[in-house]
Amino acid sequence: MSDLIALAFSAFILQNIILTQFLGICPFIGVSTKRSSALGMGLAVIFVMLISSSVTWLLYNFVLVEFEITYLRTIVFILVIAALVQMVETFLKKVAPPLYKALGIYLPLITTNCAILGVAVLNITNEHTFVEMLVYTTFIGIGFLFVIYIFSMMREKLDHAPVPKAFKGAPIALIVAAVLAIIFTRFGGLIEWIL
Amino acid sequence: MNKKDNFLKGILKENPLFVSLLGMCPSLAVTTSVENALGMTVAVVFVLVLSNFIISLIMSSEKLAALVKPVRIPVYIVVIATLVTVVEMLMHAYLINLYKSLGIFIPLIVVNCIILGRAEAFASENKPVDSIIDGLGMALGFGVAIVTVSIFREFLGTGLLTIWGNLQINLNFIFDFLRMSPVGMFTQPAGAFISLGFILAVIAAVSAKRQEKQLKQAKEVKANV
Repeated sequence: MSDLIALAFSAFILQNIILTQFLGICPFIGVSTKRSSALGMGLAVIFVMLISSSVTWLLYNFVLVEFEITYLRTIVFILVIAALVQMVETFLKKVAPPLYKALGIYLPLITTNCAILGVAVLNITNEHTFVEMLVYTTFIGIGFLFVIYIFSMMREKLDHAPVPKAFKGAPIALIVAAVLAIIFTRFGGLIEWIL
Repeated sequence: MNKKDNFLKGILKENPLFVSLLGMCPSLAVTTSVENALGMTVAVVFVLVLSNFIISLIMSSEKLAALVKPVRIPVYIVVIATLVTVVEMLMHAYLINLYKSLGIFIPLIVVNCIILGRAEAFASENKPVDSIIDGLGMALGFGVAIVTVSIFREFLGTGLLTIWGNLQINLNFIFDFLRMSPVGMFTQPAGAFISLGFILAVIAAVSAKRQEKQLKQAKEVKANV
Protein backbone atom coordinates (compact mmCIF):
# COMPACT_ATOMS: atom_id res chain seq x y z
CA MET A 1 0.00 0.00 0.00
CA SER A 2 2.75 2.46 0.98
CA ASP A 3 4.42 1.65 -2.33
CA LEU A 4 1.29 2.71 -4.16
CA ILE A 5 1.08 5.97 -2.19
CA ALA A 6 4.71 6.72 -3.03
CA LEU A 7 4.01 5.93 -6.70
CA ALA A 8 0.97 8.22 -6.65
CA PHE A 9 2.92 11.13 -5.19
CA SER A 10 5.80 10.65 -7.54
CA ALA A 11 3.44 10.55 -10.54
CA PHE A 12 1.60 13.61 -9.30
CA ILE A 13 4.52 15.88 -8.40
CA LEU A 14 8.04 14.43 -8.72
CA GLN A 15 7.52 13.17 -12.27
CA ASN A 16 4.85 15.68 -13.15
CA ILE A 17 4.00 14.96 -16.74
CA ILE A 18 4.21 18.53 -18.02
CA LEU A 19 6.84 20.18 -15.88
CA THR A 20 9.44 17.44 -15.57
CA GLN A 21 8.69 14.96 -18.36
CA PHE A 22 7.73 17.52 -21.02
CA LEU A 23 4.81 15.54 -22.38
CA GLY A 24 1.68 17.31 -23.55
CA ILE A 25 3.32 20.71 -23.97
CA CYS A 26 1.15 21.54 -27.00
CA PRO A 27 -2.16 21.60 -25.10
CA PHE A 28 -0.33 23.12 -22.12
CA ILE A 29 0.57 26.18 -24.20
CA GLY A 30 -2.33 26.05 -26.66
CA VAL A 31 -5.45 25.37 -24.60
CA SER A 32 -4.51 27.17 -21.38
CA THR A 33 -5.66 30.67 -22.28
CA LYS A 34 -8.99 30.26 -20.46
CA ARG A 35 -9.79 28.46 -17.21
CA SER A 36 -12.84 26.66 -18.57
CA SER A 37 -10.98 25.22 -21.54
CA ALA A 38 -8.06 24.16 -19.35
CA LEU A 39 -10.46 22.30 -17.08
CA GLY A 40 -12.19 20.61 -20.03
CA MET A 41 -8.88 19.57 -21.59
CA GLY A 42 -7.57 18.26 -18.26
CA LEU A 43 -10.66 16.14 -17.61
CA ALA A 44 -10.67 14.82 -21.17
CA VAL A 45 -7.02 13.83 -20.82
CA ILE A 46 -7.61 11.96 -17.52
CA PHE A 47 -10.55 10.13 -19.08
CA VAL A 48 -8.85 9.10 -22.32
CA MET A 49 -5.53 8.36 -20.64
CA LEU A 50 -7.12 5.88 -18.22
CA ILE A 51 -9.00 4.04 -20.95
CA SER A 52 -6.14 3.97 -23.44
CA SER A 53 -3.50 2.96 -20.89
CA SER A 54 -5.66 0.10 -19.62
CA VAL A 55 -6.37 -1.18 -23.11
CA THR A 56 -2.77 -0.89 -24.31
CA TRP A 57 -1.45 -2.52 -21.11
CA LEU A 58 -3.76 -5.50 -21.55
CA LEU A 59 -2.99 -5.71 -25.25
CA TYR A 60 0.76 -5.58 -24.68
CA ASN A 61 0.92 -8.11 -21.88
CA PHE A 62 -1.62 -10.60 -23.22
CA VAL A 63 -1.22 -10.32 -26.98
CA LEU A 64 2.08 -8.75 -28.01
CA VAL A 65 4.20 -10.55 -25.40
CA GLU A 66 2.37 -13.83 -25.99
CA PHE A 67 3.06 -13.80 -29.73
CA GLU A 68 6.55 -12.29 -29.33
CA ILE A 69 5.81 -9.30 -31.50
CA THR A 70 6.68 -6.61 -28.94
CA TYR A 71 8.56 -4.63 -31.60
CA LEU A 72 5.16 -3.68 -33.04
CA ARG A 73 4.47 -1.71 -29.84
CA THR A 74 4.57 1.78 -31.34
CA ILE A 75 2.37 0.99 -34.33
CA VAL A 76 -0.20 -0.95 -32.33
CA PHE A 77 -0.42 1.64 -29.56
CA ILE A 78 -0.91 4.65 -31.80
CA LEU A 79 -3.58 2.89 -33.87
CA VAL A 80 -5.40 1.65 -30.77
CA ILE A 81 -5.34 5.10 -29.24
CA ALA A 82 -6.60 6.78 -32.42
CA ALA A 83 -9.42 4.24 -32.75
CA LEU A 84 -10.28 4.49 -29.05
CA VAL A 85 -10.58 8.26 -29.12
CA GLN A 86 -12.92 7.96 -32.10
CA MET A 87 -15.00 5.33 -30.26
CA VAL A 88 -15.15 7.30 -27.03
CA GLU A 89 -16.34 10.31 -28.98
CA THR A 90 -19.15 8.41 -30.70
CA PHE A 91 -20.08 6.63 -27.48
CA LEU A 92 -20.28 9.84 -25.45
CA LYS A 93 -22.32 11.55 -28.14
CA LYS A 94 -24.93 8.80 -27.92
CA VAL A 95 -24.93 7.94 -24.21
CA ALA A 96 -23.90 11.06 -22.32
CA PRO A 97 -24.62 14.21 -24.33
CA PRO A 98 -23.84 16.63 -21.45
CA LEU A 99 -20.41 15.05 -20.97
CA TYR A 100 -19.88 15.13 -24.73
CA LYS A 101 -20.74 18.81 -24.80
CA ALA A 102 -18.17 19.50 -22.10
CA LEU A 103 -15.32 17.35 -23.44
CA GLY A 104 -16.27 16.88 -27.11
CA ILE A 105 -14.13 19.51 -28.79
CA TYR A 106 -11.02 18.40 -26.88
CA LEU A 107 -11.27 14.75 -27.85
CA PRO A 108 -9.97 14.96 -31.45
CA LEU A 109 -7.05 17.08 -30.22
CA ILE A 110 -6.07 14.30 -27.85
CA THR A 111 -5.12 11.74 -30.52
CA THR A 112 -1.95 13.65 -31.29
CA ASN A 113 -1.31 14.54 -27.66
CA CYS A 114 2.01 12.95 -26.83
CA ALA A 115 1.01 12.57 -23.18
CA ILE A 116 -1.44 9.78 -24.01
CA LEU A 117 1.00 7.66 -26.03
CA GLY A 118 3.80 8.64 -23.67
CA VAL A 119 2.04 7.33 -20.57
CA ALA A 120 0.98 4.15 -22.38
CA VAL A 121 4.63 3.50 -23.29
CA LEU A 122 5.91 4.53 -19.84
CA ASN A 123 3.59 2.01 -18.20
CA ILE A 124 5.27 -0.69 -20.28
CA THR A 125 8.89 0.46 -19.91
CA ASN A 126 8.50 0.89 -16.13
CA GLU A 127 7.04 -2.64 -15.97
CA HIS A 128 4.02 -1.66 -13.90
CA THR A 129 1.53 -4.27 -12.72
CA PHE A 130 -2.12 -3.63 -13.57
CA VAL A 131 -2.92 -1.94 -10.23
CA GLU A 132 0.26 0.16 -10.35
CA MET A 133 -0.63 1.13 -13.90
CA LEU A 134 -4.09 2.34 -12.78
CA VAL A 135 -2.66 4.38 -9.88
CA TYR A 136 0.18 5.82 -11.95
CA THR A 137 -2.06 6.80 -14.87
CA THR A 138 -4.73 8.36 -12.64
CA PHE A 139 -2.24 10.52 -10.78
CA ILE A 140 -0.33 11.49 -13.91
CA GLY A 141 -3.69 12.68 -15.27
CA ILE A 142 -4.52 14.57 -12.09
CA GLY A 143 -1.06 16.15 -12.21
CA PHE A 144 -1.77 17.28 -15.78
CA LEU A 145 -5.12 18.80 -14.79
CA PHE A 146 -3.59 20.48 -11.73
CA VAL A 147 -0.75 22.14 -13.63
CA ILE A 148 -2.75 23.18 -16.69
CA TYR A 149 -5.46 24.70 -14.45
CA ILE A 150 -2.96 26.69 -12.33
CA PHE A 151 -1.22 27.79 -15.51
CA SER A 152 -4.49 28.97 -17.10
CA MET A 153 -5.19 31.17 -14.08
CA MET A 154 -1.74 32.71 -14.42
CA ARG A 155 -2.28 33.31 -18.13
CA GLU A 156 -5.61 35.06 -17.52
CA LYS A 157 -3.68 37.51 -15.34
CA LEU A 158 -0.89 37.75 -17.91
CA ASP A 159 -3.34 39.15 -20.47
CA HIS A 160 -3.54 42.34 -18.42
CA ALA A 161 0.13 42.49 -17.44
CA PRO A 162 2.46 45.04 -19.07
CA VAL A 163 4.65 42.56 -20.96
CA PRO A 164 7.37 43.78 -23.40
CA LYS A 165 6.15 43.47 -26.97
CA ALA A 166 8.62 40.76 -28.02
CA PHE A 167 7.67 38.56 -25.07
CA LYS A 168 3.90 38.61 -25.77
CA GLY A 169 2.25 35.21 -26.26
CA ALA A 170 4.32 32.06 -26.15
CA PRO A 171 7.66 33.43 -24.82
CA ILE A 172 6.24 34.87 -21.60
CA ALA A 173 4.06 31.78 -21.17
CA LEU A 174 7.19 29.61 -21.32
CA ILE A 175 8.98 31.77 -18.77
CA VAL A 176 5.99 31.59 -16.42
CA ALA A 177 6.05 27.81 -16.92
CA ALA A 178 9.71 27.86 -15.88
CA VAL A 179 8.77 29.49 -12.56
CA LEU A 180 6.11 26.81 -12.06
CA ALA A 181 8.69 24.13 -12.86
CA ILE A 182 11.09 25.50 -10.24
CA ILE A 183 8.31 25.43 -7.63
CA PHE A 184 7.40 21.85 -8.54
CA THR A 185 10.97 20.53 -8.37
CA ARG A 186 11.51 22.10 -4.94
CA PHE A 187 8.13 20.87 -3.72
CA GLY A 188 9.12 17.43 -4.93
CA GLY A 189 12.22 17.60 -2.72
CA LEU A 190 10.00 18.23 0.30
CA ILE A 191 7.87 15.19 -0.46
CA GLU A 192 10.94 13.02 -1.01
CA TRP A 193 12.17 14.10 2.42
CA ILE A 194 8.84 13.24 4.08
CA LEU A 195 8.60 9.85 2.41
CA MET B 1 8.79 27.87 -56.13
CA ASN B 2 12.22 26.54 -57.07
CA LYS B 3 14.04 23.78 -55.24
CA LYS B 4 16.36 26.02 -53.26
CA ASP B 5 13.50 28.09 -51.82
CA ASN B 6 11.63 24.92 -51.05
CA PHE B 7 14.61 23.66 -49.05
CA LEU B 8 15.38 26.93 -47.28
CA LYS B 9 11.85 27.78 -46.20
CA GLY B 10 11.90 24.98 -43.61
CA ILE B 11 15.08 26.31 -42.08
CA LEU B 12 14.25 30.01 -42.00
CA LYS B 13 10.86 31.33 -43.03
CA GLU B 14 8.69 28.46 -41.83
CA ASN B 15 10.97 26.99 -39.18
CA PRO B 16 8.76 24.40 -37.46
CA LEU B 17 9.85 25.16 -33.91
CA PHE B 18 10.72 28.86 -33.91
CA VAL B 19 7.95 30.10 -36.21
CA SER B 20 5.10 27.56 -36.07
CA LEU B 21 5.74 26.32 -32.50
CA LEU B 22 5.43 22.68 -33.54
CA GLY B 23 7.26 19.86 -31.79
CA MET B 24 7.69 21.58 -28.46
CA CYS B 25 7.83 18.42 -26.34
CA PRO B 26 11.04 16.90 -27.79
CA SER B 27 12.64 20.32 -28.11
CA LEU B 28 12.31 20.87 -24.37
CA ALA B 29 13.08 17.33 -23.28
CA VAL B 30 16.09 16.22 -25.32
CA THR B 31 18.03 19.48 -25.29
CA THR B 32 20.02 18.76 -22.11
CA SER B 33 23.13 18.15 -24.24
CA VAL B 34 24.12 18.93 -27.82
CA GLU B 35 24.68 15.22 -28.40
CA ASN B 36 21.07 14.36 -27.57
CA ALA B 37 19.80 17.15 -29.80
CA LEU B 38 21.95 15.92 -32.71
CA GLY B 39 20.72 12.36 -32.20
CA MET B 40 17.12 13.53 -32.21
CA THR B 41 17.81 15.51 -35.40
CA VAL B 42 19.18 12.43 -37.16
CA ALA B 43 16.09 10.44 -36.17
CA VAL B 44 13.69 13.16 -37.29
CA VAL B 45 15.51 13.68 -40.63
CA PHE B 46 15.27 9.96 -41.35
CA VAL B 47 11.58 9.70 -40.47
CA LEU B 48 10.42 12.94 -42.07
CA VAL B 49 12.28 12.52 -45.38
CA LEU B 50 11.14 8.92 -45.85
CA SER B 51 7.57 9.53 -44.68
CA ASN B 52 7.23 12.51 -47.04
CA PHE B 53 8.65 10.41 -49.88
CA ILE B 54 6.42 7.38 -49.28
CA ILE B 55 3.28 9.42 -48.73
CA SER B 56 3.78 11.50 -51.85
CA LEU B 57 4.43 8.30 -53.82
CA ILE B 58 1.13 6.90 -52.57
CA MET B 59 -0.78 10.10 -53.25
CA SER B 60 0.70 10.78 -56.69
CA SER B 61 -0.61 7.55 -58.19
CA GLU B 62 -4.24 8.20 -58.99
CA LYS B 63 -5.56 4.73 -58.27
CA LEU B 64 -3.95 4.52 -54.84
CA ALA B 65 -4.86 8.09 -53.96
CA ALA B 66 -8.56 7.45 -54.62
CA LEU B 67 -8.37 4.37 -52.45
CA VAL B 68 -6.50 6.02 -49.62
CA LYS B 69 -8.22 9.41 -49.51
CA PRO B 70 -11.09 8.58 -47.11
CA VAL B 71 -8.75 6.96 -44.58
CA ARG B 72 -5.65 9.00 -45.25
CA ILE B 73 -4.78 10.00 -41.66
CA PRO B 74 -4.61 6.40 -40.36
CA VAL B 75 -2.55 5.49 -43.44
CA TYR B 76 -0.12 8.32 -42.74
CA ILE B 77 0.12 7.27 -39.11
CA VAL B 78 0.92 3.66 -40.04
CA VAL B 79 3.65 4.79 -42.46
CA ILE B 80 5.16 7.13 -39.86
CA ALA B 81 4.91 4.57 -37.04
CA THR B 82 6.66 1.95 -39.17
CA LEU B 83 9.53 4.33 -39.91
CA VAL B 84 9.79 5.27 -36.24
CA THR B 85 9.98 1.60 -35.28
CA VAL B 86 12.81 1.16 -37.78
CA VAL B 87 14.70 4.11 -36.27
CA GLU B 88 14.10 2.78 -32.77
CA MET B 89 15.49 -0.65 -33.63
CA LEU B 90 18.50 0.80 -35.49
CA MET B 91 19.35 3.05 -32.56
CA HIS B 92 18.92 0.20 -30.10
CA ALA B 93 21.35 -1.87 -32.15
CA TYR B 94 24.06 0.67 -32.99
CA LEU B 95 23.73 3.71 -30.69
CA ILE B 96 22.76 2.22 -27.35
CA ASN B 97 23.80 5.23 -25.23
CA LEU B 98 21.81 7.64 -27.33
CA TYR B 99 18.89 5.21 -27.30
CA LYS B 100 18.94 5.24 -23.51
CA SER B 101 19.23 8.99 -23.11
CA LEU B 102 16.50 9.80 -25.65
CA GLY B 103 14.34 7.08 -24.12
CA ILE B 104 10.63 7.54 -24.57
CA PHE B 105 11.08 10.40 -27.04
CA ILE B 106 12.04 8.04 -29.87
CA PRO B 107 8.64 6.30 -30.04
CA LEU B 108 7.03 9.69 -29.47
CA ILE B 109 8.31 10.93 -32.85
CA VAL B 110 5.07 9.30 -34.11
CA VAL B 111 2.95 12.01 -32.51
CA ASN B 112 5.31 14.84 -33.43
CA CYS B 113 3.01 17.33 -35.14
CA ILE B 114 5.70 18.37 -37.64
CA ILE B 115 5.72 14.99 -39.38
CA LEU B 116 1.98 14.49 -39.73
CA GLY B 117 1.65 18.19 -40.56
CA ARG B 118 4.07 17.97 -43.50
CA ALA B 119 2.43 14.78 -44.75
CA GLU B 120 -0.96 16.46 -44.84
CA ALA B 121 0.09 19.94 -45.94
CA PHE B 122 2.87 19.20 -48.42
CA ALA B 123 3.58 15.57 -49.35
CA SER B 124 -0.03 14.71 -50.21
CA GLU B 125 -0.15 17.42 -52.89
CA ASN B 126 3.37 17.49 -54.32
CA LYS B 127 5.77 15.34 -56.33
CA PRO B 128 8.08 12.85 -54.55
CA VAL B 129 11.30 14.79 -55.27
CA ASP B 130 9.87 18.07 -53.97
CA SER B 131 8.52 16.25 -50.93
CA ILE B 132 11.97 14.86 -50.10
CA ILE B 133 13.47 18.35 -50.34
CA ASP B 134 10.68 19.79 -48.21
CA GLY B 135 11.10 17.05 -45.60
CA LEU B 136 14.86 17.54 -45.48
CA GLY B 137 14.48 21.30 -45.07
CA MET B 138 11.85 21.02 -42.37
CA ALA B 139 13.74 18.33 -40.43
CA LEU B 140 17.00 20.29 -40.63
CA GLY B 141 15.13 23.43 -39.56
CA PHE B 142 13.88 21.57 -36.53
CA GLY B 143 17.40 20.25 -35.95
CA VAL B 144 18.94 23.73 -36.12
CA ALA B 145 16.33 24.93 -33.64
CA ILE B 146 16.84 22.18 -31.06
CA VAL B 147 20.63 22.31 -31.38
CA THR B 148 20.48 26.06 -30.69
CA VAL B 149 18.40 25.48 -27.57
CA SER B 150 20.73 22.69 -26.44
CA ILE B 151 23.87 24.82 -26.94
CA PHE B 152 22.35 27.46 -24.68
CA ARG B 153 21.29 24.96 -22.06
CA GLU B 154 24.42 22.84 -21.95
CA PHE B 155 26.81 25.80 -21.98
CA LEU B 156 24.96 27.75 -19.29
CA GLY B 157 24.26 24.64 -17.22
CA THR B 158 27.62 22.86 -17.25
CA GLY B 159 30.11 24.97 -19.24
CA LEU B 160 30.65 22.02 -21.60
CA LEU B 161 29.48 21.22 -25.10
CA THR B 162 29.19 17.48 -25.78
CA ILE B 163 29.21 17.09 -29.55
CA TRP B 164 29.31 13.30 -29.90
CA GLY B 165 30.54 10.61 -27.51
CA ASN B 166 33.92 11.66 -26.09
CA LEU B 167 34.19 14.73 -28.29
CA GLN B 168 33.63 17.48 -25.75
CA ILE B 169 34.43 21.19 -25.79
CA ASN B 170 35.24 22.69 -22.40
CA LEU B 171 34.17 26.34 -22.24
CA ASN B 172 34.50 26.72 -18.49
CA PHE B 173 37.26 29.32 -18.94
CA ILE B 174 34.54 31.82 -19.88
CA PHE B 175 32.88 31.27 -16.54
CA ASP B 176 36.29 31.49 -14.81
CA PHE B 177 36.95 34.76 -16.60
CA LEU B 178 33.62 36.15 -15.40
CA ARG B 179 34.29 34.75 -11.91
CA MET B 180 31.10 32.78 -11.72
CA SER B 181 30.11 29.13 -11.92
CA PRO B 182 27.72 27.43 -14.37
CA VAL B 183 24.05 27.71 -13.48
CA GLY B 184 22.92 24.13 -12.81
CA MET B 185 19.29 25.11 -13.20
CA PHE B 186 19.68 25.22 -16.98
CA THR B 187 20.09 21.47 -17.21
CA GLN B 188 16.89 21.03 -15.19
CA PRO B 189 13.36 21.36 -16.60
CA ALA B 190 12.97 25.01 -15.59
CA GLY B 191 16.02 25.93 -17.67
CA ALA B 192 14.42 24.39 -20.76
CA PHE B 193 11.36 26.61 -20.49
CA ILE B 194 13.43 29.74 -19.80
CA SER B 195 15.87 29.12 -22.68
CA LEU B 196 13.14 28.48 -25.23
CA GLY B 197 11.15 31.47 -23.94
CA PHE B 198 14.07 33.85 -24.36
CA ILE B 199 15.05 32.49 -27.77
CA LEU B 200 11.46 32.89 -29.01
CA ALA B 201 11.36 36.44 -27.65
CA VAL B 202 14.58 37.36 -29.48
CA ILE B 203 13.19 35.92 -32.70
CA ALA B 204 9.93 37.82 -32.26
CA ALA B 205 11.87 41.06 -31.69
CA VAL B 206 14.05 40.54 -34.77
CA SER B 207 11.13 39.69 -37.05
CA ALA B 208 9.12 42.66 -35.74
CA LYS B 209 12.01 44.97 -36.58
CA ARG B 210 12.32 43.49 -40.06
CA GLN B 211 8.60 43.96 -40.68
CA GLU B 212 8.85 47.59 -39.58
CA LYS B 213 11.69 48.11 -42.05
CA GLN B 214 9.68 46.56 -44.87
CA LEU B 215 6.68 48.75 -44.05
CA LYS B 216 8.89 51.83 -44.09
CA GLN B 217 10.36 50.85 -47.44
CA ALA B 218 6.91 50.24 -48.86
CA LYS B 219 5.80 53.66 -47.66
CA GLU B 220 8.84 55.35 -49.19
CA VAL B 221 8.18 53.63 -52.48
CA LYS B 222 4.59 54.84 -52.39
CA ALA B 223 5.68 58.40 -51.54
CA ASN B 224 8.10 58.41 -54.48
CA VAL B 225 5.41 57.25 -56.85
